[in-house]
Amino acid sequence: MATRVRERLRQVLTGHQAVAEAMRQIEPDVVAAYPITPQSEIMHYFAEFVANGKVRTELITVESEHSAMSACIGAAVAGARTMTATASQGLALMIEIVYIASAMRCPIVMAIANRALSGPINIHCDHSDAMLGRDAGVAQLFAEDAQEAYDFMIMAPRIAEHPEVLLPVWVNLDGFTLTHTADVVELLEDELVKEFVGEYKPRYPLLDVDHPTTQGPFALPEYYFELKRQQVDAMASVPRVLLEVQAEFAKLSGREYQGFFEPYHLDDAEYAMVVMGSTAGTAKEAVDRLRERGEKVGLLKLWLFRPFPREEVAAALEGKEAVAILDRAFSLGSFGPLFLEVSSALYEAERRPRLYNYTYGLGGRDTTAKQLEEVFHQIQDERLSKEMHYINLRE
Amino acid sequence: MASIKTLAKREEERLRFGWGHALCAGCGIPIVVRTVLNSIEEPVVVANATGCLEVATTLFPYTAWNVPWVHTAFENAAATISGVEAAYRVLKKKGKITKDIRFVAFGGDGGTYDIGLQALSGALERGHRFLYVCYDNEAYMNTGIQRSSATPLGAYATTEPPGKASFGKHRHRKDLTQIIIGHHIPYVAQAAISHWQDLSRKVERAIAKDGPSFINVMSTCFRGWRHEAKLTTEIARLAVESRFWPLYEVDEGEWRLNYVPEEPIAVRDWLKLQGRFAHLFQPEEKKEVIAEIQAEVDRQWEELLARCKVVPSA
Repeated sequence: MATRVRERLRQVLTGHQAVAEAMRQIEPDVVAAYPITPQSEIMHYFAEFVANGKVRTELITVESEHSAMSACIGAAVAGARTMTATASQGLALMIEIVYIASAMRCPIVMAIANRALSGPINIHCDHSDAMLGRDAGVAQLFAEDAQEAYDFMIMAPRIAEHPEVLLPVWVNLDGFTLTHTADVVELLEDELVKEFVGEYKPRYPLLDVDHPTTQGPFALPEYYFELKRQQVDAMASVPRVLLEVQAEFAKLSGREYQGFFEPYHLDDAEYAMVVMGSTAGTAKEAVDRLRERGEKVGLLKLWLFRPFPREEVAAALEGKEAVAILDRAFSLGSFGPLFLEVSSALYEAERRPRLYNYTYGLGGRDTTAKQLEEVFHQIQDERLSKEMHYINLRE
Repeated sequence: MASIKTLAKREEERLRFGWGHALCAGCGIPIVVRTVLNSIEEPVVVANATGCLEVATTLFPYTAWNVPWVHTAFENAAATISGVEAAYRVLKKKGKITKDIRFVAFGGDGGTYDIGLQALSGALERGHRFLYVCYDNEAYMNTGIQRSSATPLGAYATTEPPGKASFGKHRHRKDLTQIIIGHHIPYVAQAAISHWQDLSRKVERAIAKDGPSFINVMSTCFRGWRHEAKLTTEIARLAVESRFWPLYEVDEGEWRLNYVPEEPIAVRDWLKLQGRFAHLFQPEEKKEVIAEIQAEVDRQWEELLARCKVVPSA
């Protein structure tokens, strides 16, 4: 019986469809969104669900992402379970309000179809948009494939709405590579998802007119710092809550996500790579090929970028000979954001590996398994420059 | 229409706004807020754009609001309230809320004419049921009297000051009310703090509409306009008497002029009372600028008269 159900729910879906299906099953009270490539189709599918009465969600088709995020805060403080989806310039336009959503402790779930930031304008994938949220006070998950994007979407409300968290959660999935390609995705049954996410019970809903609240007040030097400090604690609660939610999700789905990253042949690896998103699939291919030739290489595929799991990442990489950290975004004037995190995490380690920063895939530039094999070979040479390296770039 | 006794009784029984706010003595904004909130019988939820009203009423950990109140940023009060209103609709459908609630957004001219115009236009077009009230004091008063697109021709502003090569603001003000009318929403009106009964009646009409409504309220700022604080409502009254700020409404598409000054005063006489126009009178009078302001006021008045089906006798 169980097997038959599994087969019925196993479908070939694009990343868009997988995310939209998760949203249909969760059935948030309010969704506010604005079109942008490569996010648009998530909203096309979801609008169809609304139009056909499959969800009772209020879909606010706003005139900009800035208003999408603003409407999301309004809905969330009102007491509604709230979601949105965006990418690139849309996220850039939202970001002012994302900071405020976090500060107002709004558990808004946001699907981000990662795309390069202008300029020049480009519609393809990199992680520069996601990095806009690095310091904003949002939890950030990165999916390797459509299945992970679906699973993270189901887990996200539970993380966001946990009383000790109450922060926006971003589910990042690589634009086009994941959003526009079809893959086998195993869905959960609607009722199971509804039961898993449960009912949203806000503590201080604005719409409680008998107990009026003032939300989003003016805080001067006497209080601002303390209010920001509370966000630190909220972010610090995310890893523990994520582990709890993952454990429950494993019981429900049979899919194990125990931790903040997936180690792939990492334990006994001498040379490792750190990567986020769909390129992890390519990196696994590279690891497989090199392992076949007896090379001790492995991969750390990071799921949780914010809050950054410092101790766990350091423990997993300590003692390696060398590690290549792959960034799909620049922090112009410094090393890549992921590299800075990993190197900072390893600073206290006694057996610190040599660390190398590689930038790859900007603006949708393709990255192949062969190129990643080369990276594994390059970092074995102790004389390799510690300056930034670039994969598949014409100099 | 609620009498002043009714408004006062409502305020006594259920004070919605007022405890210890830090707005200037002589500020026009609390007149707007109290008149609006006391004119609404139902429970009300307020959204506020960044500005004088927001900073002077919610200095954490205090609040001057006894109704649910939300602020997120400067340019998005309309978008924020649209999210609140959408949440209300869906939660009501699901039976999680039973009360009838009304929604009001307040923004200044900076947050409405300028940076918030897009969000406002979007929310109006989407048809959310809410009343947007602009308290229009014709410049960015909270940040220091910078010019906005509501600042009238010739006025002093810190970012467009008069000088040897300038007479102050070089452009006529934007006619926001007409822009909002172009959205063909159920109700749009212009009002002034000096005419509280007219404002109160307009709020009642607006809030009864099953859709978006907008009221643009002239609200003087004695700090920015440079007049005595005690003249706040008088200066607003004279803006109406000079036809600089006509009181009118467009109700379900019907244009109605609400007040015709019996003996309209010259705009020059209104300008002369305000320090922000002092440079138009000294060292010598800038007659062409004043004439241009008068000409524009006359032109707009005639245009309005031609559009209004209902015109009360003077």
